[in-house]
This record gives sequence, C-alpha cells and structure tokens, in this order.
Amino acid sequence: MDARALAALAANPGCRRRALLDGAGIDKGALARALGSPASFGQSQFAIQRGHSFEARVTADRGEALVRLLHERLRDGSPAPAPGGVDAPDLTAAGPQGRTARTALALREATAAGRWAVLDHPMVSLDVAGSPAFLEPDAIVVHPDGSWSVVEIKSFPMVDGSADPAKVGAAARQSAVYALALEQVAARVGELKPDGEPGPDGGGAARTARVRHQVLLVCPKDFSNLPTAELVDVRKQLSVTRRQLTRLTRIEDIAAALPEGTTFDLRLADDGRTATRPVDELTDAVDAVDAAYAPECLAACELAVHCRARSRGAGAVESLGRGVRGELGGLTTVEAVLAAALETDAGPTGDPAVDALRRAAALRAEALAAPGAAVCR
Amino acid sequence: MSLITTLARMEAVRDGRARPVATVRHRHLSDRPLVFVPLTTAGEAGAPLGALVGTDRDAPRLLVVPQPRNRDLRFAFLAELAEETLPYLDSYADAVDLEERKETDPETGKKVPVQVELCADAPQLLVPSAAGVAFVRLLGRSMRFRRTADQDPDTPYPAPARVPLLGRWLTHYGERSRVPGSSLLLSLTELLGRHWATGQSNLEDQHLGSLLAWIDPPAGVTGPEAALRAESARDAGGQLLCPPAGPATDPAFDNKLLAPAIARYDAARAEVGGGVAGGEARLRLAENGLRELIASQLRPTWDALWHGVDLLRELPPGERVAERWKRDRWSFTGHRDRVRAGEPPQPKRDDAVTAAQKLAARETAQAQLEAQEALDDPLVMAGRRLAGEAFAGEVTEVEMAWSEAKVPRPRPLVTVVTEDRPQLAEQVKLYRVMADGRTQTGEFAGAHAPGALVVRLTGGMGRGKTPEPGSVPEPGDRTCWTLFEHAPRGGPELPDAESTPWTHGGPPEAVMPGPAPDPVTEEDYL
Repeated sequence: MDARALAALAANPGCRRRALLDGAGIDKGALARALGSPASFGQSQFAIQRGHSFEARVTADRGEALVRLLHERLRDGSPAPAPGGVDAPDLTAAGPQGRTARTALALREATAAGRWAVLDHPMVSLDVAGSPAFLEPDAIVVHPDGSWSVVEIKSFPMVDGSADPAKVGAAARQSAVYALALEQVAARVGELKPDGEPGPDGGGAARTARVRHQVLLVCPKDFSNLPTAELVDVRKQLSVTRRQLTRLTRIEDIAAALPEGTTFDLRLADDGRTATRPVDELTDAVDAVDAAYAPECLAACELAVHCRARSRGAGAVESLGRGVRGELGGLTTVEAVLAAALETDAGPTGDPAVDALRRAAALRAEALAAPGAAVCR
Repeated sequence: MSLITTLARMEAVRDGRARPVATVRHRHLSDRPLVFVPLTTAGEAGAPLGALVGTDRDAPRLLVVPQPRNRDLRFAFLAELAEETLPYLDSYADAVDLEERKETDPETGKKVPVQVELCADAPQLLVPSAAGVAFVRLLGRSMRFRRTADQDPDTPYPAPARVPLLGRWLTHYGERSRVPGSSLLLSLTELLGRHWATGQSNLEDQHLGSLLAWIDPPAGVTGPEAALRAESARDAGGQLLCPPAGPATDPAFDNKLLAPAIARYDAARAEVGGGVAGGEARLRLAENGLRELIASQLRPTWDALWHGVDLLRELPPGERVAERWKRDRWSFTGHRDRVRAGEPPQPKRDDAVTAAQKLAARETAQAQLEAQEALDDPLVMAGRRLAGEAFAGEVTEVEMAWSEAKVPRPRPLVTVVTEDRPQLAEQVKLYRVMADGRTQTGEFAGAHAPGALVVRLTGGMGRGKTPEPGSVPEPGDRTCWTLFEHAPRGGPELPDAESTPWTHGGPPEAVMPGPAPDPVTEEDYL
C-alpha cells in the first residue's frame, strides 16, 4: 500500500470494504476488472515523463537547490547553507527492509552531524494493521537543529504563488502519511540517543530528532520549468491519518464478521492476468463486507464503479451525493423518499423530514403544472 | 442542494431521464457564440495540444500543436487562435448605444450626466466544462505578459503580434466568469446543470457527455444506460467511445495513440532537419495524422456542446436575463476602453482595494441573481417558499388604513391566506412585484389565524391620500410576497487606493511598476 492509498482511506473512513481490501493488500484494480466494472485510472506517459524530469531537475545538485528553496521559505533568520554545506548520504541497500534500515541510520547520523542533509528517495515504513507498509517520500531534509522536513515534489504548476487547491490537498494528505512514518523513526532515533555514541562534534545528545509539521511542496513556477516552493501545514491531515490508522487496526474485527471461507482470490489463470473465478462468486465475496459509497469515491478508489452500481441498484440516496442524506431523516432509499413525498391525502405525519418532502413535492408540482404562467404577483 | 432539487434528482432516477429544475432559461445565450473546445497536454501547464474554435457549428477551425514542447509551434497555435478570436471580439466593439451615466466632475466635484458608449451586444464564449473555463484563465495568464518583437526588440522569445492582446481578453473573460449570473464566458455543464437535474451526483454531472445523456438520451435508451456508455464505453482498442470534454485527454489515448503519433512527427522532423530525402512528405503525413487524431477527440465534444446549446435555446429566456446581460455588455465595453486607452495588462495579483471591490461586486451580483431567478421562475420561487423566504396565496380581505402622520398616508391591511410557512416576525419587510413590474413594499402585521397573514402595504401606491388605482390587491387576487429585496444593492463605496486602511496593507507605497514578463528559459518544457 502506498501513501496515496493510505491517504485515500482517510477520505472515507467509514468504508469497511476498502479498509479490509487495502489491509489485506488486495489489488483492487484487478478485482474491479474481474467484477466487470474496471475503473479508468491511468496516467498519461507525458505526465509521468514530466514528473520524473522535474524531480530530477530539482534534486540534480545533490539537493543543494532544494535546501536553498527550503531555507528561503523558512524565513527564520538562520544562516543560508554554504555551497557544499549539504550532505547527501548514500541510501542504496538491498530490499525494502534494508533500505528502511539504511534510511533510519542515515537520519540518525545526519541529525547528530548538525548540518543540512538531503535524503533523496529514502524509504520509511509504517505499521498498517499489523503489517509494515513501505513508503518512499521524494526527499527528506534534515535541518542543522536536528529537525526533519518532508519534501514533496509535484509537477503541477504554481502560478503566481497559488496552485490547484484539490491537487495541493492531495499532496498534503500524502505528505502527512510520510510525516507520520517519520515520527515513528524519530521516536526510535530518540530512544537510541542516550546509549548511542554522540555525534562527531560531541553535540549529538543536545539535538532531539523531531518531524516538522510543515512540509515543503515543490512545484514548477508559472509556466517555466524552474522550481518554486511553499511550506504547507499538514497538522490537520496528520491527525486525520493518525486516527484513521488506529481505526484500521480493527480490520481483524471486520474479517471476523465475514462468513467462513470468504476469499477474494481471483484464481488467476497461468498468464497471471485472466481471472477464472466466476463473477457471481466474486461479487458475493465483495458484498459480504459493507461499503460506504459516495460519488467522491470515483476519484479515489478502483472499486468505485462496482460500488456505485450496487449502491444505485439498491436505490441508496447517497449515490446522489453525500449531503443528500442529511435532509431526509430516516428515509434511505430513493423509492422510500418518492413514496413519502407523493403520498398526498394523508395529514401531517409528525415526521419533519416527511412533512418537508410533501411540501416540497406539492410546491414543485404546482410550479411545473403551470409553465410559462406569469409568476404570481 | 435544496430539498426541491434533491426531489428532482430522485424523480430523474425514477424516470430514467433528467427532470427540469427551471422553467425558463436563466442565462443569456448569444445568437452567434464563439465556441472553444480546447485540449491540453497532460502534465504541462499552459501547453495546448489542440482546439476547435469558431462560430459556425458545421465549420469549426481545427488548431493543432504537433509537438507541444516546441515553443514555436505553441506560438503558432496561439497566433492562429488570436486570428480566429480577435476579429470575432472586434466585430462587437463598434456597434454602440449611447447611455447616460452620472459621473463626478473633477473640477466642481458635482455629479453630472454624461453620454457614454455601451456596446449594443457583446461577444459570448462557450466552453464545454468548468475545467475549460479554468483553462481559458490559464491561457490568458500565460499570454498577457508575453512581449512581441514590436513592444520590445530585445525580448528573447518574442510572441507573435496580437497574442498578448488575446491573453488580456481571455483574462478578462475568465475574471468575469467569476461574477455570479454573468454570461460572457459560460461552460455548458454549468448551464445544463442549472436547468436540469439528473439522476446522478453533481460530481458526475461534470462530464458533459454523461450529463447530456441524462437530459436527451438517444432513442430507445434510458438516461443511466446512455450516461454509463458516455462515461466508460471503450472500443476494441481500449479507446473511449465518448472522449472526455477536456481540456485533459484520456490517458489511454495519450499512451496508445498520441505518443506514437508525436514520435513519428518528431522522427520526420529530424529527417527534414538532417536533409533526408522524402522527409518533407513524411513530415506532412505525420502532421496530418496528428491533426486527424486530435480532431477525433475534439469533434464529439464540439457536437455535444452544440447539442446542449440547442436544448437550452428551446427554453424561453427569463424576464430579467437581459438586465444581467446588459451588465455583461458594460463589462465588455469597459475592457474595450481599457485596451483602447493603452492600459497595461491586468496585474498578476489584485491590490487590496481592487480585490475588495471585486468581492463586493460579486456578493451583490449573487444576491441580485438569487432574487431575479426567483422572480423569473416559479420553480425557483417554490424553493424559496419552501425555505420560508417567500409566501404566495390568495387575498381574502383588504382593510383600508392610514398612517398617523401629519399628512396621513394609505397603509392598507391585506390578508393573504397561504399554506406556506414563511419565517416572519412583526414588521419584517416584504416585497412583491406589481402588475406594472414595479416593486411594492409592505411589512408583516400579524396573523388572523394560522395561514392567514396580514401585510401592511407601505409603498407603491403613489403620493396621494388614496392609493392609485390597481396598486392595492383586491380580494381574490393571488399575490406572492418575498422576504428578500428584489434589487439588492451593494454596500457603501470603498475608499480610493490612496486611503487604503492599514488593515489592508495601507496605501500602496509607490506607483506599481508595469508587470514584469515571465522569466523565459532556453527550453521551457520539462
């Protein structure tokens, strides 16, 4: 599971289906294809190319430009980093566990060193429902005071200092996941401090590792390919993700409520792509766990098209939008709402939602019955 | 979403096609709009890929950038766009009406009437979706600070003539589209969504194809089926049958069709550069291939947009739409004058006073729009009645009464029987439209019984002791009273720039230097 998936979970915390499938590491895209409602998620190769080349450009000079951008944005009066004053530790190691360990070690050393350091594509792990998820932030900057900043490099433009709010929001949620993982590393580094050897200058113990709650968002400036950056406060996203992840531990409870023998195995054929499991059987398995579908899911979840079809099939009012439910009281299906609204001869029911609906239906019918008639004077 | 709209959406679910949420058209539609369907390159800001543009639905002009990373080709695209758009804008600039307006005389400080020009009609720009409106703004921003060789001979990459001018116009249109109720630049999804409720959510309505499928499904198909097909049906090659309305393209199109075509074009171009025999022919072939490919993505959207225009034209315009369009004409005339006066392009950021003025103007426009839409359309008024902001009913009793001033004025008491439940308190102001179109004011004066509300008329009855004939409703008349003003006005005037309060950054320190052009780099793609 990557940071995007973890962040998307936080957007719809009530969805048990997604929590279970993500927690179990199931490929929802393949599942959706096997169910016959594939999601149209995909990225244009032009966008991918641009993203890669912009990132390469930003981190080209061993991160010095990046640290300069960060220092400019901090405006805290600290001295600017001198040329050559930025460390860029080597993070190559075998396997995700190896890279995570190497990153933790590099973070510890860099914190103790009391200099600027840039970790390019480090790897950190986060405990998700009892199993580790390995995450790869774009970069982490270690400040001379021992604090760490998450850096997120995106290729959407920042025109005149502002960018698309939806994209900035997504980047902030993603960064919050990294910051959360880093906090766990920081806690471990802090624990090691007392009996660990002090830094080379003997001052390592004085600096405590901490994760800054402002992440640096780096984007192309206006219509050029020059980088510009802004600090984004992610405290809110951080607390949402943290709470969501603690809720995720209840996956065992969700799983325990499933019928015995439920499996999402697609029974892939020998080519490793074609699912051979009957669709009905698979649909039943998916339906065994509740979903909380809302139209917002379409942009965030591979299974959304399937959930939408089920939600519409059941006539759920949420398929028209999350806010719709609020005015309808205990009425949860389109059929029930229409039945309540069109019942005309009955008197007041005492249920405010039903009375308001009848009034609305009557007013709407009255206005539609006389189209073009002069608006009453 | 109000309960009435929710109900309309549910009716649409039941019927399998969209249901009306308006009985009249609430926006102005030009007889000769300029339709602009743009496509952009994924991941690149302000790098257009192609566009269909024009006023003739049968003969749109196709503009294509064969290699979006090439600055010269992009400039050629923008120059062609200017060639198509600016004559259209200019064609409205010279037919003017004369209007009288009060202006402050600089010498005496008195308000004196002056004759000013107001363009008789204004050009209207239509784009498919809200993302298209944002793209018009972005294009405007990317062009208006460019320098041409005429303006600055030393500029490193001069833009073609008239491109910065187009940038200023697109910026103006993009800015105007943020004023509620304005119609200079409109997106079809927003227009259709204002008049019909579909059986899907607002988010899904942003897809022009699927929105149209609900409103006017092909014969023999239900709305939801047609919408699903528009949204996700793909051909054997994995391409969408109904391409997205842009400006973003479908990733599958980018990866499977566009990328190889651009690669062929690049290869042919390299051959021409290297002097390989037959390179020219291959370049033409590659370019034509690209044009066809991009047209195949644009044409369905172009046709869908005009289909939407047809549907909207069937609706009669609301009574007060022309009044709002007149404000759009003022806006167009104002910008025409600024361009003619040689003013610099719009700044990157508004100063405090301009920003506050824009905000105040938009708030006023919003209040006016809400009032006017309700007065124009019984269906909108029904929503306001449900919300307790208006009530309608039959007059059962009229009792003459006079005020207790030295010169008594008529203050008749009118009893209205209604089933509506307005949120009234003693002396709440009430408004209604009289038969001659003027607004009559009144105030709430208590209730005889539940549902029998007494309104004391306070205006619209002339100057005499007895009300003018026809100005007081009679028993049996149907009246509709609103709790909101019919012509809400904005707040007090804002101070001049020189007296900006410290809360807003104080007066600007010096005359702002002209906007600096954007920095250019050797290569401006990534």
